[in-house]
Amino acid sequence: MQELEYDIVIIGGGPAGLSAAYSAYENGARSILIIERDFELGGILQQCIHNGFGLHHFKEELTGPGYAQRCIELIANKPEIVTMVDTMVLDISTEKKIIAVSPKEGLMKITGKTIILTMGCRERTRGAIRIPGERPAGIFTAGAAQRMVNMVGYLPGQKIVILGSGDIGLIMARRMSLEGCKVQAVLEICPFSNGLTRNIVQCLQDYEIPLLLAHTITEIHGKDRLTGITVSKVDENMRPIAGTEFDIECDTLLLSVGLIPENELSRGLHLKMHPLTNGPIVNQRRTTSLPGIYAAGNVVHVHDLVDFVSDEAEIAGKFAALEVQGKVCDALRRTEVKTGEGIRTCVPQILDIPAEGEAVRLFMRVGAPERKVKLEILSDGQVILNKLLPVAKPSEMIAVDISAEKTKLMGCELTVRLSRGV
Amino acid sequence: MTMEKLTMNCITCPVGCEMTVTVEDGVVINVEGNSCPRGKKYAEVEVVAPKRMLTSTVAITGGLLPLLPVVSQEPLPKNKILACAQELRKVSVEAPIAAGQVICGNILGLGVNIIAARAIDKE
Amino acid sequence: MNFIKNVDVVVVGGGITGTAILRELSKYSLKCILVEKEPDLALGTTKANSAIIHSGFDAPFGSQKALTNVRGNRLYHELQGQLGLDIKWLGSLVVAVNDEEMETLKDLLVRGIKNGVKNLEILDKEATLAKEPNLKKDIKGALWAPSAGVCWPFDIALSFARCAVQNGAEVLTNCTVNKILTEGDKVLGVDTSMGSIKAKYVINAAGLSADKIAATAGDNSFTIHPRKGEYILFDKTASEFLVKGIVFPTPTKTSKGILICTTVHGNTFIGPNAHDQEDKDNKATTSMGMEEIIASSRNLIENVPLGAAITEFSGLRAVSNTGDFIIQEGTVKGLIHAAGIQSPGLSAAPAIAEEVVELIRTLETGLLLKRNFKAIVAKRKVFSELKIDEQSKLCSENTLYGRIVCRCETVTEGEIVDAIHETCGAKTLDGVKRRTRAGMGRCQGGFCGPKVTQILARELGIPVTEVLKEGSASKMFFAKKEAGEETK
Repeated sequence: MQELEYDIVIIGGGPAGLSAAYSAYENGARSILIIERDFELGGILQQCIHNGFGLHHFKEELTGPGYAQRCIELIANKPEIVTMVDTMVLDISTEKKIIAVSPKEGLMKITGKTIILTMGCRERTRGAIRIPGERPAGIFTAGAAQRMVNMVGYLPGQKIVILGSGDIGLIMARRMSLEGCKVQAVLEICPFSNGLTRNIVQCLQDYEIPLLLAHTITEIHGKDRLTGITVSKVDENMRPIAGTEFDIECDTLLLSVGLIPENELSRGLHLKMHPLTNGPIVNQRRTTSLPGIYAAGNVVHVHDLVDFVSDEAEIAGKFAALEVQGKVCDALRRTEVKTGEGIRTCVPQILDIPAEGEAVRLFMRVGAPERKVKLEILSDGQVILNKLLPVAKPSEMIAVDISAEKTKLMGCELTVRLSRGV
Repeated sequence: MTMEKLTMNCITCPVGCEMTVTVEDGVVINVEGNSCPRGKKYAEVEVVAPKRMLTSTVAITGGLLPLLPVVSQEPLPKNKILACAQELRKVSVEAPIAAGQVICGNILGLGVNIIAARAIDKE
Repeated sequence: MNFIKNVDVVVVGGGITGTAILRELSKYSLKCILVEKEPDLALGTTKANSAIIHSGFDAPFGSQKALTNVRGNRLYHELQGQLGLDIKWLGSLVVAVNDEEMETLKDLLVRGIKNGVKNLEILDKEATLAKEPNLKKDIKGALWAPSAGVCWPFDIALSFARCAVQNGAEVLTNCTVNKILTEGDKVLGVDTSMGSIKAKYVINAAGLSADKIAATAGDNSFTIHPRKGEYILFDKTASEFLVKGIVFPTPTKTSKGILICTTVHGNTFIGPNAHDQEDKDNKATTSMGMEEIIASSRNLIENVPLGAAITEFSGLRAVSNTGDFIIQEGTVKGLIHAAGIQSPGLSAAPAIAEEVVELIRTLETGLLLKRNFKAIVAKRKVFSELKIDEQSKLCSENTLYGRIVCRCETVTEGEIVDAIHETCGAKTLDGVKRRTRAGMGRCQGGFCGPKVTQILARELGIPVTEVLKEGSASKMFFAKKEAGEETK
């Protein structure tokens, strides 16, 4: 059994892992390993063949595979960055000892001086939302269907209903239409849509696919294969309203009902987890509750833009690199970031600021759609920053920069909240 | 003289600015709500001759994957998108393919090339 | 008449009962065949139940249910080693929430002792909470039955079948019995979708269809009606907030009640409820049913972690009009019923099999036991249960064990390929799932489903578009369309 050691071991070779590796290298690390479970690098981007990626990060609009290619090129031809594909991490111990396995190498014991968790996220299932009815073939999560359509070359069915108006569902509505299938409707339980507005336009409106807000599926029909669904309107508590049921004929149901960080390894390490993001709690350097273990990307909190994933991962890569070179100072002052009125999640949840201050970017999401609100950041009760938001949606992450100068004056607690009636 | 005010969301970038577009006799005379000049440009095109980018896949033989993702080099007329997607179902290429390689030149005579979105090596 | 086969015994039905009987039969020098209508074994009640090997205090003293339950429980201890079965003898608690229920527990204790159940004990509140700390603090006590266990019913049925096959029996799936053939007052065989099979004995272990099958021979001595039970299964991470073992509420007249129970693999579930219905094919879960299960579980545990639910399913109990098992000769000679096998059918199966074979021994004098009966069935390799150096060795023997296909349950490609090619192997996506656990984890096959589908296609030599999820009409994927081929 091979026993290997690297300064930085990155778990997951998607955009987060690749960006972390690149940044680590740029910041002086020279012993980096990326472990990827798929047969090639690029992560979920390889199946996201649509465009819309990279406008911020590469100043160019790219397809998913195009963005992946850019990230791969940035780490290519560097012997100090080793990549292992078709390799699954089975376990990580708190002593940073990794057990991984691949068909080519068998079992391996790999030690990392530092580890960066970039495993991405997975899709919520039918079971998690408890849709009643039979359990026929023809029900897929949107991402699984996307892989089959875009990389393996098969259609999940012909007459399709999509549950959930998140971006994956909207993108698949367009994709299935382009493949000649009939998309009957997109159903969304909230009274507002959860995807980017641009996707409502270019995926639903363009193809005249009805979007039924405040609706949910109350029964699934079909023994061996799906034959249809019963749909109901829901009230403000998202409970079905009796008497509003109607049926939609379909042979395929694609579920786009939420993403959850792949937190198996994070939980296995007993990292402090955040109950709303379902990812590990991190500070602005993306260190988790275990020193030397970093996390970035969808594994920390689900992003909408891969550009922000790369930004976040580059921070993790930088500080992992500085740590292995002994260039990180210990004297850090801790500030807890709390969410206040109107803000549902904010990452990082902790700031560990050195004496000279450190520029910080906060990524947050509102809990409900808002219009003309003011975002306020308070340090121990005093407003240190505010930003006017003409529109804010839960499905669109907001990034706010705090200058290094401002961080020098922060107290023990930072609150992020909305102020309405502006 | 017919004047109307349209509400539309720009789709150029993920922000999706909600714009109010004043159209007179089929021509855009005012755009409000855009955060950058691309929004104005989008509105002007969208009212007259809407265009969209096309992304899809074509069959590829002899490569590490059975499908090659492709993208239009420029936006295509919106009302021709489905026809272009159908046209691409007839296409099959052979590995290796380089990223950016032209897969279907001047698709349906619309003056736009469909190119490979990634490289696919030989198996 | 043209017969495709000529055997001594046909067992109709490949659930826990039919497979147990087939295995028992295969100990004797009899030519036996089991016919199952579905593409795989154990797709009926055996697939969807509480997976408990009961201790045996429930059923009325002297009933078939009681006798076979207690004996079956003991037999499983032997079979566990021989067949490499996953059984955890966790013991069960019947929890009382008031004084009246505590009285009922005493009745159960008395009955259990009469039925021959060992080591039953009434526990007070402290002792109960010591075993299950998440129970509500206002419970009164419980009946503790240490001889109860949790198991994996599908795997047991499959192991029974594989044992029978390695001892010369035959198993035919996708084979529906249309009618029992008779000649005068005795059976001649069965007519099936694959042709007619000549047999001296026909064992009716057809579950929900047992009455229908019996009627084809003119035997209308019983009826079976379905009683639905729904379940909600939780992620393994939720188990610490629920129970460590098997927890029943105090039973009512009609039902053992809605349990909170662990599985042999470390998940926990709540369920089943009990509702009679007409339709033997309707296995839909219902929103009312799920609300009922959730409400009932909240009688025993304060915080049921619903956010950790990973799947819901339902099973149909085959309830006979007599209220007991029907293990007896039919109205036609050579027809033997093993019908109405609802709870404790799983627990009783090995004992039911003994009784059925005993009936045949009385009818077929001179029946000899095989001397070279192969009782041991090699346990399947489970990568995730091996130590690291064993895992390493396995990978070096076959690189397919080095590729993890199901991330949630750590199932390798090697195990999936094994499951497809083993005796009575998997032919469908769910068949692979039931044999290897690939797809049973928190992502419910979202990650591994497409991969397993491709592996099935490769190993079975069929196109991806022909791979089935479960039933014969459950194709999952379609070829991409030609230009101009749009769906309206």
